[in-house]
Amino acid sequence: MGDVPDDSPSARLVPSGALPLPRVARNLRLAAVLRRRSVLLGVGMVVFFAVLAVAAPLLAPHHPAAMDATRRLEGPSLRYPLGTDNLGRDLLSRLLYGSRWSLSTVALATAMIMSIGIAVGAIAGFLGGLIDDLLMRIVDVLLAIPSLLLALAVAGTLGPGIGNVMAALVIVWWASYARVVRGLVLAVRERRFVEAAGALGAPRRHVLLRHVMPNVIPPVVVLATVEMGELILAIAGLNFLGLGVRPPTPEWGAMLNDGRPFLLTAPHLMIYPGLAISLLVIGFNLVGDGLRDLLDPKG
Amino acid sequence: MNAPYRYFGRRLGHLLVVWLGISFIAFSLSNLAPGDPAEMILLRQTGEAPTREAVERLREQLGLDAPFPARYGRWLAHAVRGDLGASYASGAPVARELSERFGATLQLAIAAIFVSLIVAIPLGVLSAVHRDSPLDHGLRVGALIGASVPGFWLSYLLILLFAVGLGLLPAAGQGDWRNLVLPAVALGLGDAASLMRLTRASMLEELREDYVRTARAKGLPARLIVVRHALRNALNPIVTLSSLHLGRLLGQAAIVETVFGWPGIGKLAVDSIYARDYPAIQGFVLYMGTVFVVVNFVVDMAYVRMDPRVSVFRSWDGRRA
Repeated sequence: MGDVPDDSPSARLVPSGALPLPRVARNLRLAAVLRRRSVLLGVGMVVFFAVLAVAAPLLAPHHPAAMDATRRLEGPSLRYPLGTDNLGRDLLSRLLYGSRWSLSTVALATAMIMSIGIAVGAIAGFLGGLIDDLLMRIVDVLLAIPSLLLALAVAGTLGPGIGNVMAALVIVWWASYARVVRGLVLAVRERRFVEAAGALGAPRRHVLLRHVMPNVIPPVVVLATVEMGELILAIAGLNFLGLGVRPPTPEWGAMLNDGRPFLLTAPHLMIYPGLAISLLVIGFNLVGDGLRDLLDPKG
Repeated sequence: MNAPYRYFGRRLGHLLVVWLGISFIAFSLSNLAPGDPAEMILLRQTGEAPTREAVERLREQLGLDAPFPARYGRWLAHAVRGDLGASYASGAPVARELSERFGATLQLAIAAIFVSLIVAIPLGVLSAVHRDSPLDHGLRVGALIGASVPGFWLSYLLILLFAVGLGLLPAAGQGDWRNLVLPAVALGLGDAASLMRLTRASMLEELREDYVRTARAKGLPARLIVVRHALRNALNPIVTLSSLHLGRLLGQAAIVETVFGWPGIGKLAVDSIYARDYPAIQGFVLYMGTVFVVVNFVVDMAYVRMDPRVSVFRSWDGRRA
């Protein structure tokens, strides 16, 4: 299905290097992406972890914080399928409950990052002028510092706590979204249907919310999916450094940290949580790679 | 003034604005910190809760009672002269501690980029040349896994395998080159995954070009075409990207250095965070931010110089700017 060729002078003003105009919402192509085996596998993996997270209380054989002092650092057994940790807690149950933390923190952080990024990008792109300049300089600065380094410093300064870890990631991560949204808004507002809405006398707010933004949101959702794996790794990394959840919370990164002293005596304490993180990130990356092709078929 | 110089000047101006922004963020960090710095310093010195008067005295001495802009201005004035204040933890100048540790981090980063390049380029080329073969699929799955595995977990797997299991390499510390191998591999492999994808994409594009077809028609051996012709052209974006990856690498390095006890800047930063050593954290952000923007600037300029096809001096419609 071809697009009506947009040959208005204003359309040609959009530099060729800018983002492709959003055509992501096309159901046809989305369906094509979903037919790919790799994307389906990714969706399946993410759904699998989501089911584990929701059903954790039903599936877990033990309470994640229940200690069995007589059976510490044990290998797999019938009673403890993946073994126990240094406090005699069931590793499998902790992993199952841990999926709740990983999925909910990344979902919440992504929602906050998207909200701020979309709001700032839309304001900058639609209003232009001094406000645009000012907001984009802030974005430049945030993008100039390696994000994990800055998140580490901010989380470290705020002090330990999962709320602080998420705040740090939101403070650092929204900038790239704002830049993408601004680019999209600039591209979309030059298109004919937006021009037409303006010419018909629609108020600016109406044009932005009803005509521009519906074309901006889908690519941003794609971007969020692509970046989700990276964000999970960042959250797990900061938790691993002990900046996030407090004991005895069963978060995968924190569990890796707890297992460090027992690397030699009970390596399973480190192997399984790392495997869980990797599988979840692989799932998100499979979906993200498929969606990225949608945005940029060449890359 | 001609275009390249104007471009250089504009980029330099932009760099200064961004650097000022970084310095502002670094300084603002101390205001995010819970608690009063003066109280914390005294608590650390004496080990007991300080009196109200003592805190007030020190606040005045350190100039903490001045308004925020004045404190920022003074901090910045010192920072540009290379004075980032004294560490709460050790009492030593932060700038000196950072500079002393920088060499180790640089060593690790270069070794990691080296690992990443020697893994990614041959595999990426193989993957492109044997496109859609089982080998290609296998390599792409490998790249996906490499990009998804947390660096700190990979570090421990490497320690388990090569240090504990096989006893080939030391697990931690800094000594000879053997200490560098495991951290560099842990850091480089994640990077290699994305670099391999780029090599593959870049090679596929070059292999479609006319000059490759010409070379084939002339009857040149396939190996020669791939290595001498296509790869040479495909390398440009790869080298640029690998230098731009430095930022991500530096972020990951903080965690990998902590795992391996590698005495670099990243480990210093994590230790400073554990010790709530705010001047050191501030200094770390400013120092690494500065390194990063300068590297990006240099890469940018080098790229413009190296590749005449990069037409930064043209505006979108081909007119000379």
